[in-house]
Amino acid sequence: MRRPKSGAFSASSLHREGGAASALPGLIHVASVLSREPREGVLAVWLLLPAMAAIGAVAVFPLVQSLWMSLHRVELALPGARPFVGVENYLQALQNPDFWKSVGVTVYFTVTSVALELVLGLVGAVLLNEEFRGRQLLRSLVLVPWAMLTLSTALMWFWIYNPTYGILNALLVRMGVIHAPVVWLGDPLWAMPAVIVADVWKTTPFMTLLLLAGLQPIPWALYEAAAVDGASRWQVFRYVVLPLLRPALLVAVVLRSLQAFKVFDMIFVLTSGGPADATQVLALYTYQQAFRYFHVGYGSALAWLITLATLAMVVLYLRALQASAAAEEIA
Amino acid sequence: MSRARLVGRPLLYILLAGYAAFTFAPFLWLVSSSLQTQADLLAGSVNVIPLRPTLEHYVRLFTSSRDPEFQTATFLLAARNSVLVALATTVISMLLGTPAAYAFARLRFWGSRPLLLSSLTLQLLPSIVLVIPLFLIMRSLGLINTRTGLTVAYTVFSLPFVIWIMHGYFRTIPQDLEDAARIDGCTRVGALWRVTLPLAAPGLAATAVFVFFGAWDEFLYALIFTTSYASKTLPIALAEFIGRFTIDWGAMTSGAVVASLPPVIMALLFQRYLVTGLTAGGLR
Repeated sequence: MRRPKSGAFSASSLHREGGAASALPGLIHVASVLSREPREGVLAVWLLLPAMAAIGAVAVFPLVQSLWMSLHRVELALPGARPFVGVENYLQALQNPDFWKSVGVTVYFTVTSVALELVLGLVGAVLLNEEFRGRQLLRSLVLVPWAMLTLSTALMWFWIYNPTYGILNALLVRMGVIHAPVVWLGDPLWAMPAVIVADVWKTTPFMTLLLLAGLQPIPWALYEAAAVDGASRWQVFRYVVLPLLRPALLVAVVLRSLQAFKVFDMIFVLTSGGPADATQVLALYTYQQAFRYFHVGYGSALAWLITLATLAMVVLYLRALQASAAAEEIA
Repeated sequence: MSRARLVGRPLLYILLAGYAAFTFAPFLWLVSSSLQTQADLLAGSVNVIPLRPTLEHYVRLFTSSRDPEFQTATFLLAARNSVLVALATTVISMLLGTPAAYAFARLRFWGSRPLLLSSLTLQLLPSIVLVIPLFLIMRSLGLINTRTGLTVAYTVFSLPFVIWIMHGYFRTIPQDLEDAARIDGCTRVGALWRVTLPLAAPGLAATAVFVFFGAWDEFLYALIFTTSYASKTLPIALAEFIGRFTIDWGAMTSGAVVASLPPVIMALLFQRYLVTGLTAGGLR
């Protein structure tokens, strides 16, 4: 039998009783449906139009406006003249040590948090993939930090880190780890680690679940076969599980890096960028330039530099997604 | 008899205990703090279990610190704004985003892939990038300090999010079912409405929950676009606990708990759906 173009025919013949005898009317019907197909593009326009119009108005137009402002001297405090200055705002950023310090702080935050989350998330995923009583309950409960309001999490850690009444100092002094209370968020050395711990606590569940989803399809037989071959548990993890988990790991790391790169709330609450700009990440630096000092043109140039960096990471992310999809097809 | 995959028995329980402690101890301490009197909180002797448990902070949260303009507790005003803005954002994003997602998943048309990818990129852009131009636009339209303005700003990110997640979800629904309906005389739109949408209901629900709590959680736009309790949301009300000269730790910790309860309860109830959505879309 000649096969019609789409899967429609098989579905229709399943649907109708009778075999070859009734196939002819079905075929005619399929042909008549397919002849209406050229309208696909028209339908697409109608379905897309509302969303695309909205995105154009609230996202693309502002982005273009931001590009325009980044090429002009725009000061909110001085309304009126907005002279064209070319790439001056960009040059000003690239020559500004504060900008580079902020880049460094952002990289420090992103790399350290994502690395810690990755290790903890991997441990968590491996643990939650084992069989034990109460596993389902625990899998639900680990979502709590991830589901909590970011601001609640930030306040919670603000309270924990409080130098006078905070539980962290109380515990550490009682255990004899430190002799005097530490001003965690006010110390240029400790502020960043403290912020990172808070962020890692909040985001590890997300990492755990992403990696757990990567672990679950690995069949039991594979562990068994490796064990029969005499591999130790560490070897099974290192040479069987880890390679299979690679695509999921890649997606998780790039995605989390994108998110860590734009961190704002947690740092705004815990340190406001201090002490001595030790936690002044790029989002916070841009916010202060634009909304505290009203350098809107300069702030827009910063925003575009951030956009370019994000675009580079998005390209990586898409590659990771593709690799992950390809791996799924093989499996 | 349960078998071990990678971690043997005694070690598994030790590691699980550590993992659970790291995950739950800070949260439990927050809850415990919110149930202690201000005097006990500041006594210097940290009590893990409240000495004199009290709900006074929770009561205070909903009754005192009234806003002079509205004569209602600021926390209640903020909660109302949060609910309204998050609801409006969810409805608008789902209504506009779902048809577009369907088009990307099912229809072949010129420019489909670049459009989809630019929409994804928009969703991944840091909020700080758009906040400056949006602020100027909102100001010229008189939308600063309105819930409408916040809703518009939130749609910037939630709409591309809906498109990306739902486009992935629609692709998991077999095309054959739709084709069968069309052979039986449904129009393309009819098949979408009667066959595909009902099948996509779990995905739609999970996506809506994500969008709702994304808006619930948002801070930066709310910080810049709101100036009074006509539109301030819960995250702003919470942040204001810190700005004060003396910090009301009781109110702060209880406020942090209350604002987190809705998303935490939803996450626990719908764990399965959320995890599927989260891993399928690989987002948020």
